[in-house]
Amino acid sequence: MSWQIIAQSLPIFGKAFLLTIGLALVGILGSLIVGVISSLIQYFKVPILNQIVTVYVEVARNTPLLIQLFFLYYAFPVLGLKLKATTCGIIGLIFLGGGYMAEGFSGGFSGVSSNQIDDGKALGMNQFQLARYVIFPQGFALSMPALTANIIFLIKETSIFSVIAIPELTNTALDLIGMYYRSNEYLLILVIAYAIILIPVILLLNYWERRVRYGTFGD
Amino acid sequence: MEHSAINVLFAGDNFARLMQGLWTSVWIAAVSLIIGLILGTIFGILRTLPNKVVRFILRLYLEFFRIVPTIVLLYLAYYILPRSLHINWPASWMAVIAFSLWVAAEFSDIVRGAIESVPVTQKESGLALGLSQVQLFRYVLLPQAAKLELPATINLATRVIKTTSLLMTISIIDVIAVGQQIMEANNQRYPNAVFWIYGLIFILYFAIDYPLSAWAKRLSAKQK
Repeated sequence: MSWQIIAQSLPIFGKAFLLTIGLALVGILGSLIVGVISSLIQYFKVPILNQIVTVYVEVARNTPLLIQLFFLYYAFPVLGLKLKATTCGIIGLIFLGGGYMAEGFSGGFSGVSSNQIDDGKALGMNQFQLARYVIFPQGFALSMPALTANIIFLIKETSIFSVIAIPELTNTALDLIGMYYRSNEYLLILVIAYAIILIPVILLLNYWERRVRYGTFGD
Repeated sequence: MEHSAINVLFAGDNFARLMQGLWTSVWIAAVSLIIGLILGTIFGILRTLPNKVVRFILRLYLEFFRIVPTIVLLYLAYYILPRSLHINWPASWMAVIAFSLWVAAEFSDIVRGAIESVPVTQKESGLALGLSQVQLFRYVLLPQAAKLELPATINLATRVIKTTSLLMTISIIDVIAVGQQIMEANNQRYPNAVFWIYGLIFILYFAIDYPLSAWAKRLSAKQK
């Protein structure tokens, strides 16, 4: 283990670190938007769109991100659609994450107890009011554990961007190993870099999850 | 259709080779799951026992696997393990080690959660009947926990299968690596081969994972 080599490579890893965070942020935000829209379509059973979303969610959740990325990056140009690697990465991550988020939100909505819904109906609420004031506030709170797991999962999935040569953390480490054969040093930096990103995120999300739990009623 | 690139899939022994690559992924996933579930059960039980030191160490172990992406685990196993353990095993064995330890970490948390959610009265009744600690786990806690943990276990299996797509990154000849070899060999005649080969691999992964995740969903819906 050579500390000199570690120190020398820190600026390169710094860049990759920021790129990983940036890509993860865009991916998570995009996934949340796609997930909320998809779960609302499923909740209200919007004709036609509902079927499309159901197929999308299953395909996104049951295929590896790596193949999704290869398809976007290598196969789509054959059809005449050439995208930059980072664009492919972001689209891939949002495609994958949107499916997971939709599933998480749907799970939360279906977890709202039927007593709550009956009570709402007894108060004379219509379908829209029921969704707006009873199901969504509690449903989102119930989705929190899934949301937390998905956010952590998506941050880690950015490591797969390395296969289409996006210079994020994992790709950078591999490049450096390929050039200088110092696998111990570079892999150590890589693990620490992910720990620096993920530990605060995990702690923050756990704290938020405990806070939000008070938003649920009943039990 | 004679000049269509779809022919690439079935030309010569291409399809057989692709299936052979898929088999590599399947056995690595299966062996890792079996080892990981056994280890995970042991770790999960240990985490419900009162010994604080053991619980702390196993918790650290779990958190390490939560923080490090699986592709990085593969690289750690591929670059670091052979040298530090002075072994010269094939890359597929290193993948099995990485995957097994990962599965064990995740499964230990599933087991711990399931054991802890068995109602306390069950445990108390068992103790009142004079069951020993071992009998309590063997006849009361584990069978009930197993039922609770089944959907999460199936979901974990689908994740392991999806993650086998990363095997090619540590130079294991899996279905994707075979696909790439075929593409390179046929690039001149069939520039569209990339579309069909990645398309087939996409469908193969979906065909394996979708039934499993649908099964897990049915089971967890039944439990509610």
